[in-house]
Amino acid sequence: MDGENASLAVTLALYVGLPAVVLFVGWLVGHLSETKHERSLAAREEALKDIETTDLRNPPGFAGAEGPCSLVSGEAVVASDTFKTWVFGLKNIVGGESKTFTRLFDRARREALLRMKERARELGCDAVCNVRFDSADIGGNATSGAKKKNSNMAVALVSGTAWRRPAA
Amino acid sequence: MTIVNTETIPGKTVVAVKGLVQGNTVRAKNIGRDIAAGFKNMVGGELKGYTELLTESRREAMTRMIAQAEALGANAVVNVRFSTSAITSGASEMMAYGTAVVAE
Repeated sequence: MDGENASLAVTLALYVGLPAVVLFVGWLVGHLSETKHERSLAAREEALKDIETTDLRNPPGFAGAEGPCSLVSGEAVVASDTFKTWVFGLKNIVGGESKTFTRLFDRARREALLRMKERARELGCDAVCNVRFDSADIGGNATSGAKKKNSNMAVALVSGTAWRRPAA
Repeated sequence: MTIVNTETIPGKTVVAVKGLVQGNTVRAKNIGRDIAAGFKNMVGGELKGYTELLTESRREAMTRMIAQAEALGANAVVNVRFSTSAITSGASEMMAYGTAVVAE
């Protein structure tokens, strides 16, 4: 009887306890790093808000501008955690927006955009025009076969042309 | 060499079009970085190895594109675009293309 209980406890621990611990650790660390990242994003966005960013190809003043002008880019890859992946698994059954993954992609895009703006500032520019967003499939989700791994990550690529606005 | 993703360069005029130039690269990170990324997928956070992979790929593809432009006698590449494609897990193809021009 005792032996049966013990093996039941071990089975429960393996099949329920372990995934629960992994999920909890994923949620805790993922949530903390996400909050920290978003705080850092907000602070850096504030510091770089005077860099005029647009996806216009020919913004006002661009044609006659002097000074440095160069392609700048930024990229960021942010991983999902076990909790987000699990929550999405549930969402995938019922359908609808996955707020956790929406937030994950938002973080990756803002990070990439900030890195691009930081490079523009390093070049002495105060504007970036013709901004383009792109993505890449590093996780191999669009490929099939044995190499396919169940990894979830948000990939953001941004590029634009950094330039200096003429003095008003 | 002036590289922009706009069709014009401020303060300069395009006097000659030398043609389409492109550069591409398929890169991967070593298996250690791939394994580290797998662990990172449990707790979330930035995959620095893969961000680096993209930065390096972009630089490599652009270097090859610029070499082509130089071979054509251009001094600028305008309307640069990037494109990526999926090959397999842990790797990415990056392609950079643009129009090589002479701008004065």
